[in-house]
Amino acid sequence: MHMLTSHQPMWKSNTRTGRRRAGAPSQWRLVLSIVTLCSPFVAGGMYASAQQPSEIAVVISGDPGTPPRYVVPDFVALDSEATDVAAEMGQVLWDDLEFEREFYLIPRDTYATVPRASTPDQIPFDAWRELGADAVVFGTVQRTGDEVRVQVRLFNVQTRESVFSKEYVGTPVNPRLYAHTISDEIHQHQRALRGIARTKLAFSSNRNRERLVGTVEDREVKEVYISDYDGGNQRRITTNRQLNLMPVWSPDARAIAYTSYRRGYPDLFIALIYDGVQQEPTAGGTQNWLPMFSPDGTSIVFTSNRDGNAELYIMNRDGSGVRRLTNHPAIDTTPTWSPTGTQIAFTSDRAGRPQIYVVGADGLNVRRLSTGESYADRPTWSPAPFNEIAFAASTGPGYDIKTYDLATGVTRRITFGEGSNESPSYSPNGRHIAFTSTRAGDTQIFTIGRDGRGVRQITREGSNSTPSWSN
Amino acid sequence: MNLEFRTGPTRVRWKALRRDRIGPTFVVTCAIALGIGAAGCAQRQAPLEDSAPLGATAPEVAAPAPQFDAPLTETVPVLSEVLSGPIADDGILSQSLDELNSDSPLSPAFFGLDSAELDDGGRAVVAANAATLKMYPTWTVTIEGHCDERGTAEYNLALGERRAVAVTMYLVSLGIAADRVQAVSYGKEFPFDAGHIDTAWAQNRRGHFVITSK
Repeated sequence: MHMLTSHQPMWKSNTRTGRRRAGAPSQWRLVLSIVTLCSPFVAGGMYASAQQPSEIAVVISGDPGTPPRYVVPDFVALDSEATDVAAEMGQVLWDDLEFEREFYLIPRDTYATVPRASTPDQIPFDAWRELGADAVVFGTVQRTGDEVRVQVRLFNVQTRESVFSKEYVGTPVNPRLYAHTISDEIHQHQRALRGIARTKLAFSSNRNRERLVGTVEDREVKEVYISDYDGGNQRRITTNRQLNLMPVWSPDARAIAYTSYRRGYPDLFIALIYDGVQQEPTAGGTQNWLPMFSPDGTSIVFTSNRDGNAELYIMNRDGSGVRRLTNHPAIDTTPTWSPTGTQIAFTSDRAGRPQIYVVGADGLNVRRLSTGESYADRPTWSPAPFNEIAFAASTGPGYDIKTYDLATGVTRRITFGEGSNESPSYSPNGRHIAFTSTRAGDTQIFTIGRDGRGVRQITREGSNSTPSWSN
Repeated sequence: MNLEFRTGPTRVRWKALRRDRIGPTFVVTCAIALGIGAAGCAQRQAPLEDSAPLGATAPEVAAPAPQFDAPLTETVPVLSEVLSGPIADDGILSQSLDELNSDSPLSPAFFGLDSAELDDGGRAVVAANAATLKMYPTWTVTIEGHCDERGTAEYNLALGERRAVAVTMYLVSLGIAADRVQAVSYGKEFPFDAGHIDTAWAQNRRGHFVITSK
């Protein structure tokens, strides 16, 4: 498919994921230990000796020029306690695998006629073949007390050979995480692609409908929430009953920096979401907003009016070493780092209306990007292998998400006037963009492929805005 | 409500009068007159209840006036007019901050599309608010800069800041101490009018005065 271009640099990203997972005693405690089963597993003694288990045989392909066709039936519950977990796994995994569009996922409602298998040797390969499947996922779930054991195998329907087989052990707290993990591993294994099924979104929401505490008229607060990339497991992060806006993830996905009005004016706060710790790097006394972590996580760029008008500043993550990045009587705001941390894109109205600019992280070499827009804001730099900046551009009554290719200077439109679309944030593999849209009425979070296809609505409760996509 | 609070506005009003309309000689004489008046008030502290009619204080200040030049007597009625505002209005003085802000004596200043410049109407509103703030010199305010929903959320935070600062600077130029005023941007959060039409947007582009202490 056309997204194959993104495969090559996934290795780098993947090591980052690995590190995060290794050190993730999360508050939702789901540490997965993974055991690779004896592989290749051969089902039902049907192994054809003519097949050699070469590298080619490990990757399941489809008909020439088409993506491989996958079926993901329900997982098998090995005991009654595992029924709930098993029921959720199949659908979530199907959705996860479908999301990257590397495979064609045969709709699950067509599986009804296919006999259910309780063990691998019962897998009805002929029936799957009839349905046009190239690959079938077979999974089992076993629950012993507080331990969940998930085994999953990926079979080549043609050869009836298991090309991927792993066991996952953890708690029953978040069944979806097993499916997300399996999806990421299948993408890595079959397509050398860094999947994003275990990533999360952070955003600001008024859904709890709480009222502002204080001396002002009746006003609704906004708190920071997070969810899985697909909108599952939505959880509240802040509880200070104030305006809490524009959260952004730290690169290790363990902290969220955001702009809060809890002091009566905008200032920066960092929530270490797995440790229950809050950090206040700017420590009050100055007005600061729109933080963004550097790619290595050691620095934060942000907007402040401490010297009289909106300018950009960089500080160490602990608030030390503040240095000014821009110096212009116009507004300079909404900074974002380049993936290597050497440049910063930002919004300035120094030419009249808000436009996208780039400056070196040393404050030198300010230049305007010729996006050709009348109004542009919220630049967000794509991860490699793409070298583009997504932003919100005025396109009539509202805004649309566009991307600017830094090599070619070509601007491409991602959304097309369905509601107003703002605040783009890239997935860590660069293939998707989360954004705010009014297309469904209230302001909500959506995700979309960077090719403009595959819109998914993430939030539905209250109004929700300014998403940030975690690593 | 104690005596100190009651005399506060009187003093400030005098300052305002002094600068705006009255010559330096008059300032001195008035200061003396006020001093006498204030001394009189201090002696009569007990009888001055909240509900004491304003008329009781005005003649007290006015009484020594005839000892001076003729122009002074002319100003006496002006003084009593000014005093009648804040002191008679027990409502404002006794209201909580919540009550004050929900039906605020301070009006918002509105802005044009994508603009942070106060026009004549905006300056008039800020001037009126400055006069009120001079009447209540203990009040501190936050000037909230607000934007309509047509700008982006991120840029609007800076645009709102620019609006709040524009109002604050004009307020300070009118004699309100800078440490009584804090400019805070809310971007497009907290719209006045949640509608999506011109009239709603016009209401939302504003410098909104919030009394934060009194």
